[in-house]
Amino acid sequence: MAIDTQQPGHRLDKRPGGSGPPNRVRRVLEDNGALTALAVLVLVLSFWTGNFFTTTNLLNVGVQAAVTAILAFGVTFAIVSGGIDLSVGSVAAFSGVMLGWFTTTQGMPVFLGVVLAILSGTAAGLVNGILISYGKLPPFIATLAMLSAARGLAQVVSEGSPVVLPDSLTWIGKTMGEWLPVPVLVMIAMGLLAALVLNRTYSGRSMYAIGGNEEAAHLSGIRVRRQKLVIYTLVGTFAAIAGIVLASRLASAQPTAANGYELDAIAAVVIGGASLAGGVGKASGTLIGALILAVLRNGLNLLDVSAFWQQVVIGVVIALAVLLDTLRRRA
Amino acid sequence: MTTPDPPPARELLRTEGIRKTFPGVVALDGVDFDLRAGEVHVLLGENGAGKSTLIKVLSGTYRADAGRVLREGKAVRITGAEAAEKLGIGTIHQEFNLVPHLSIAENLFLGRQPRRFGLVDRKKMEADAKVLLERVGVTAPPRTPVGKLGIAGRQMVEIAKALSLRTRVLIMDEPTAVLTAEEVNRLFVIVRKLRAEGVGIVFITHHLEEIAAIGDRVTVLRDGRSVGQVSARAPQDELVRMMVGRSIEQQYPRETVQAEQAAASAAPLLRVTGLHKKGVFENIDFEVRAGEVVGIAGLVGAGRTEVVRAVFGADDYDAGRVEVAGKRLPGGDVWASHAAGLGLVPEDRKGQGLLPDASVAENLGLVTLREASRGGLVDRAGQRKAASRIADRLGVRMAGLDQHVRTLSGGNQQKVVIGKWLLANSRVLILDEPTRGIDVGAKVEIYQLINELTASGHAVLMISSDLPEVLGMSDRILVMSQGRIAGELTAREATQDAVMALAVGTSAPGTSEMEDSPRGH
Repeated sequence: MAIDTQQPGHRLDKRPGGSGPPNRVRRVLEDNGALTALAVLVLVLSFWTGNFFTTTNLLNVGVQAAVTAILAFGVTFAIVSGGIDLSVGSVAAFSGVMLGWFTTTQGMPVFLGVVLAILSGTAAGLVNGILISYGKLPPFIATLAMLSAARGLAQVVSEGSPVVLPDSLTWIGKTMGEWLPVPVLVMIAMGLLAALVLNRTYSGRSMYAIGGNEEAAHLSGIRVRRQKLVIYTLVGTFAAIAGIVLASRLASAQPTAANGYELDAIAAVVIGGASLAGGVGKASGTLIGALILAVLRNGLNLLDVSAFWQQVVIGVVIALAVLLDTLRRRA
Repeated sequence: MTTPDPPPARELLRTEGIRKTFPGVVALDGVDFDLRAGEVHVLLGENGAGKSTLIKVLSGTYRADAGRVLREGKAVRITGAEAAEKLGIGTIHQEFNLVPHLSIAENLFLGRQPRRFGLVDRKKMEADAKVLLERVGVTAPPRTPVGKLGIAGRQMVEIAKALSLRTRVLIMDEPTAVLTAEEVNRLFVIVRKLRAEGVGIVFITHHLEEIAAIGDRVTVLRDGRSVGQVSARAPQDELVRMMVGRSIEQQYPRETVQAEQAAASAAPLLRVTGLHKKGVFENIDFEVRAGEVVGIAGLVGAGRTEVVRAVFGADDYDAGRVEVAGKRLPGGDVWASHAAGLGLVPEDRKGQGLLPDASVAENLGLVTLREASRGGLVDRAGQRKAASRIADRLGVRMAGLDQHVRTLSGGNQQKVVIGKWLLANSRVLILDEPTRGIDVGAKVEIYQLINELTASGHAVLMISSDLPEVLGMSDRILVMSQGRIAGELTAREATQDAVMALAVGTSAPGTSEMEDSPRGH
């Protein structure tokens, strides 16, 4: 639709300010493959399509990234600790439906509904945690079971059809002061919270220790089982908040919402530089990963690429991102 | 058989001026080495001297930056594991490359199974495997899953695999480190047999006494350079001097008598009574006083590690009592043990002691993570400061606190594991094989550290399979055999013979650790 046919190379040369960029910027980019990829992607799209680099569109990208990013922050906890959580999409839908049920069906006050919805997702996460730490199920299996169970519960509670949310709730999906989208604000807040948890809290540092070497963590006095409980419960909380944002944006809670989002979330974490083997990963990386996915989808839409091809491109990008990162580390 | 002066045998392998650098580190800085047919050439050096790097260059894992490798006089390029295999160079790494769930035969012929009409010819494979296994003296049937073999058995399977590849140059990286004395003897029989067949063997060991027993020549590496080549009959102190560039006056600096007097009057810090775990150990009673080093000797499999893990709370036990400074521990709770002042340095440093890909600072701060938390937040600056202080005190040689511990030498890694417990103010330290795989220089540093700790009122419980070490460093020695404490010896009455007699004492002949017969159910 809006393919700018001007030679991109010509303009690329001029824009980034001659010999200006200090070495520091270069080093940051080199140290962080995903950030470089995001920068390149934004640059290319800015020059290729005239309407990518506009405030409206960029905020739009932010809104599109928000739900994936919030889910992915939670999944980062699981992956850093050497586990995985496949249930976040279903738990998000379940929490959204619970929000609708509490506020619309039961007519509870909005504030209380939000709190109870967050608690619902948290409870689902807690069940994951119990199965993993005390039931000794592999995280893959426990959360695979929850993927099915939570989705089913969402259908049961909503009786299979969308629940319309009260008007007083949908502001979460809209903008503040006419232009600042609330989902983006929530994403930033959750990102900061995730970074704080990972870097500064006892649980966060334990995640790195457990993912780095579970036996060494155990022998160093870290209560591994209890920490796993905390980890998967937290993932559930993050999924619930993502579900609330998603439902508010759509103004209705749908039991089929966020289907397959767990894979996007895992992709965002991995693109962001985390290792599925555990012990490595950052909230900032995860944010970048989620932004890359959103920018890509948005850009491909602007370029009028069909939805089918978009999936192919995103698959290629995931493979490339991780491949480049692996190569860079090996060098 | 003693080796007569070797006739000038055919040269199998020669390296000239091998150099290899990694970012910030020169790992090899001109290594000259040669290997003849039918000799055992020992490669000796402290950890970090470059032995592993040299092996990795010869086995194709690394490419040298400079220098030449000659195979029977011809310059060759070893570009990968496959190239090394084609050149007849086989390597037995410390970590074996075997698939535990597959049978011995399948492991021997992995990726090159004999085939008939495109299908694997099991019969032929197992028959061929049997022949190979006989050569290395393994009696287990070829169908046995490798996972059922003991360590010594697996090592023999690795050797058989190398033989099946027509290996002429066999590199063995610390093959004796994980073996019991008897297994070592049996390994030596096989190595001598291979030598007689004309195979050239590069043998790496930290045990100086093994050199005269098995070696013909010795090349010493220091700081990435080959600093000399001597006969394997050279006296040990000369070898040590070449390795460290200085002489180590006293290998075991323990001042036993003083310590004994000090300990006699002190209160027991650790008291274990009637500890029992069905089928694993029984009737374990002992105590360790402040200022004392108590050694635990015994054969591999006697239950030593199991006992200390239970004492520490890493595993559960069925009955008994563990008290630290008079306070009973709940059992099965590492955190409680730590809080009571107990610390464990586990036997498998990389697998159990460290977060290999985390920094020195993070590893040092692991145990104290909770104490360093206020209101849920960890004081990371304070942790870093503490880590820096302890790293200085222990003399950890590192590029900085942010260096990944994976890239430290074994001795420095061990200091980090000990350091995290010192940061936690543990008064009773359990050290399980604290110097395994560590070079002579670092060993002495660990011994000195043990002395410093006991002098300042700590108590040390040390498991060691290294008899001279256990005798040299302990004030009292508990000898374990088949899950029981077979006897206790004071430093003065303990001799190698006395310890061994207790260690093997009650076991019926033939049931001691025969590692090549399948165990399991």
